[in-house]
Amino acid sequence: MNALAPLSRRGFLASIAAAGAIMTFAVTPDDATAAAGDFEPTIWYSIGRDGIVTVNVIRAEMGQHVGTAIARIVADELEADWSKVRINHVDSAAKWGLMVTGGSWSVWQSYPLMSQAGAAGRIVLIEEGAKLLGVDPKACTAANSVVSGGGKSIGYGDIVARGDLKRSFTADELGKMPIKKAADRRLVGKPSAQLDIGEKVDGSGKFGIDAKVDGMVYARPKIPPTRNESKVASIDDSAAKAVPGYIRSIALEDPSNTVPGWVMVIAESFVAADAACELVKVQWTSGDTAKVSEADIQKRASALIADPKAGALVVEDAGVDAAFAGAKTKLERTYTTASALHFQLEPVNALAIANKDGSYEIHTGNQWQSLVLPWLSKALGAPEDKIVLKTYLLGGGFGRRLNGDYAVPAALAAKALGRPVKMVCTRADDSRFDSFRSPSVQVVKMAFGEGGRVAAMDHTACAGWPTQVMAPFFMPKGANDVAYDPFAISGANHWYSVGAQRVRAVPNDLANRAFRPGWLRSVGPGWTNWAVECFMDEAAQSVGKDPLAFRLALLDGAGRNAGTPPNSVGGAKRQAAVLSRLARKAGWGQPLPKGTGLGIATTFGQERDMPTWVACAARVNVDTSSGAVKVEKLTLVADAGTIVSPEGAMAQMEGAALWGMSLALFEGTEFENGAPRDTNLDGYTPLRMADTPDLDIEFVESAEVPVGLGEPATTVVGPAIGNAIFNACGARVRHLPIRPEAVLNALKTKS
Amino acid sequence: MATTFKLNGREVTVQGPDDSPLLWAIRDEIGLTGTKFGCGIGGCGACTVHLDGEPVRSCVTPVSSIAGHAITTIEGLAPNGAHPLQTAWIEAQAPQCGYCQSGQIMSAAALLKSTPNPTDAQIDDAMNGNLCRCMSYVRIRKAIKLAAARIQGAKA
Repeated sequence: MNALAPLSRRGFLASIAAAGAIMTFAVTPDDATAAAGDFEPTIWYSIGRDGIVTVNVIRAEMGQHVGTAIARIVADELEADWSKVRINHVDSAAKWGLMVTGGSWSVWQSYPLMSQAGAAGRIVLIEEGAKLLGVDPKACTAANSVVSGGGKSIGYGDIVARGDLKRSFTADELGKMPIKKAADRRLVGKPSAQLDIGEKVDGSGKFGIDAKVDGMVYARPKIPPTRNESKVASIDDSAAKAVPGYIRSIALEDPSNTVPGWVMVIAESFVAADAACELVKVQWTSGDTAKVSEADIQKRASALIADPKAGALVVEDAGVDAAFAGAKTKLERTYTTASALHFQLEPVNALAIANKDGSYEIHTGNQWQSLVLPWLSKALGAPEDKIVLKTYLLGGGFGRRLNGDYAVPAALAAKALGRPVKMVCTRADDSRFDSFRSPSVQVVKMAFGEGGRVAAMDHTACAGWPTQVMAPFFMPKGANDVAYDPFAISGANHWYSVGAQRVRAVPNDLANRAFRPGWLRSVGPGWTNWAVECFMDEAAQSVGKDPLAFRLALLDGAGRNAGTPPNSVGGAKRQAAVLSRLARKAGWGQPLPKGTGLGIATTFGQERDMPTWVACAARVNVDTSSGAVKVEKLTLVADAGTIVSPEGAMAQMEGAALWGMSLALFEGTEFENGAPRDTNLDGYTPLRMADTPDLDIEFVESAEVPVGLGEPATTVVGPAIGNAIFNACGARVRHLPIRPEAVLNALKTKS
Repeated sequence: MATTFKLNGREVTVQGPDDSPLLWAIRDEIGLTGTKFGCGIGGCGACTVHLDGEPVRSCVTPVSSIAGHAITTIEGLAPNGAHPLQTAWIEAQAPQCGYCQSGQIMSAAALLKSTPNPTDAQIDDAMNGNLCRCMSYVRIRKAIKLAAARIQGAKA
């Protein structure tokens, strides 16, 4: 996690943003990126005279082993010796372009660029190696960091040391650079140890919370009663003055309005800041959201859904209303989900340094540097190029650290004090300040014709919208010209052919005001698929069909569900294939003991532009006297195209599947008096080792475009469990998380 | 109020109030940051260290209570980070984000000392206090079994 020396490379920097710019391969004398004399064919990696290849990774490492995946993409095309490859997670800088780690995008977005960058380096090394060997380059090949030809060979390190590496490619040329066929891949798709593991087993890995500089003071915040409307009326720190090491308390002035009403309690140690914080009394005026509850937010959602003019029409086919008017039968169901916390294990924290020259350093783990830099700039009144985010390991991301709001109070305190400030939130602070997953309400309707034929579907979802609150520039417009948060509705625009379809996304204005809705692992697909996939079972049942056969018939790949190259080749047919394979693997249709049920669900992962086809079968046992649900086994099949790093991919699937199960049965809280009710493990209880069921996960072998794997498995497990509970005992639950009381109530309704 | 104890075999003295948690003395005063802060109420296990060989949650252990005792952290578990559990952890590729793993390994080390060949139920029992938010439980379990087999094999 070493910082990268400041860069002066000129040519390539512009080329990231501007098509047609020159990507220079010349190593200029004033280049300070790598050690002098290193070969740095692109900003993405360098090769030293010792042959060590250092790959620069702009993605945050938060447990997905992303550096290994990206380095293997580069090294495969570069024909590098894997034992000589290192990764370098870089600090923020304009030259890297958009810095974001989320959306399960990293491998998908990196694959073409990193492959082509690697291929370009290989071409240059072969040309120069051939020259040094005195052999025709056409007679030379590269493998394992060695160029060979005419019975002679030379290593990459020697080429860098002795050669004159000059060659430039235009961005256009790079974009056309051919990359390997699947059969020729040497590293991509093959098992490998993950490069980040070693420092995570001996305590040496540095997370944001481990950052330290001389002369720093510590801060713990007083979290205000409401997220957006609090103002400090008075501070009384008289009792805190008895705490040894207590320095002072500062009410932050925040021009960016990121942390309104925050007071930072400053001390010489965290222990002192923590103790003093308990003694500092702050009076706030906190606005009317201080009384808002989960029920208020959900009531508001239902009212908004009932207004047909509210929200954006994400899918709006002709004939929806006519199909419902002429339907033989109809089904309407409402699904809800509760607030859910990120609870990443490392509470949010940041160390900020205000330098004398007006520049700032922020040491913290972050998933979206490009989002928080403008906030910091506004808060500090300093240009973005004077602020650098130093990179650390993330003690969990899960979307919490896409929202880098926690950097702002540390930076403001450092500016106010003129000393480095390290802010650490306690767990309860972190939870109160979390941009948690909004509660949601969804109404799903289906119209059926003769013989249970599906004629139309209408799905409306209402929740707080993280993208509207934090990144409105990311919002596309619906058919009615209303902008919407794509991440908060994705999933409802599924790949089933359901006749005339309408998908309506409605922002919950009360949620957006009462708290800061967050992107939580998979975001919308975490709740939209709870509705879609529970509903598919209910719909099948309502027309007397088997849920598997019902789904497969709708996954016909017709019309817009045919898929388009390169990302969704095969379309719904691939989803159908995954589901069929899952059904065989999990033994769908076979008899099960009494009280045990198998439930299925399938989704396209995150977004239609990058579908990861996934299906899950949950086998659960329900104790009908207590309502307790025990998950015995989760079986999953995924088609994620090319699997770049199999070990990392499997880890992501396992973790995401268990996340889905945890959110379905173990997590969830309620908004209460302006904040989440449960703020620590005494009330918020994620899944533990003893709760872990058998997992049986497989990937479909594929040479298609590699897509994302960080989130997709989270989206299928909840509905698979819900459907399994119904199949086990006839109780239909429609709210996440599923509590035993809800199962008991559903059993009563049934009888 | 100074407290003197043994940390990874070396005598150390820390300052600060008697009720100050051991965790922060280790992290902020001594500067060993492998032991992590997760919940502050002894509920997540990220701060697990050994007190005279027994696993304790350092976030709820007052520093004054360990005067004269021996504390071992992840940094002192084995020379060069080569405890059989650490090598098994690497072989099983157990960590994801890694934040909880020091605590997981310290809990597992205490388990294997008392129960060299643990059953699944004994592993669950010993490890259930250690939350892994990435939910790498399958591989943690695998790594513990791998290490147990290694240690048994070495003794045989």
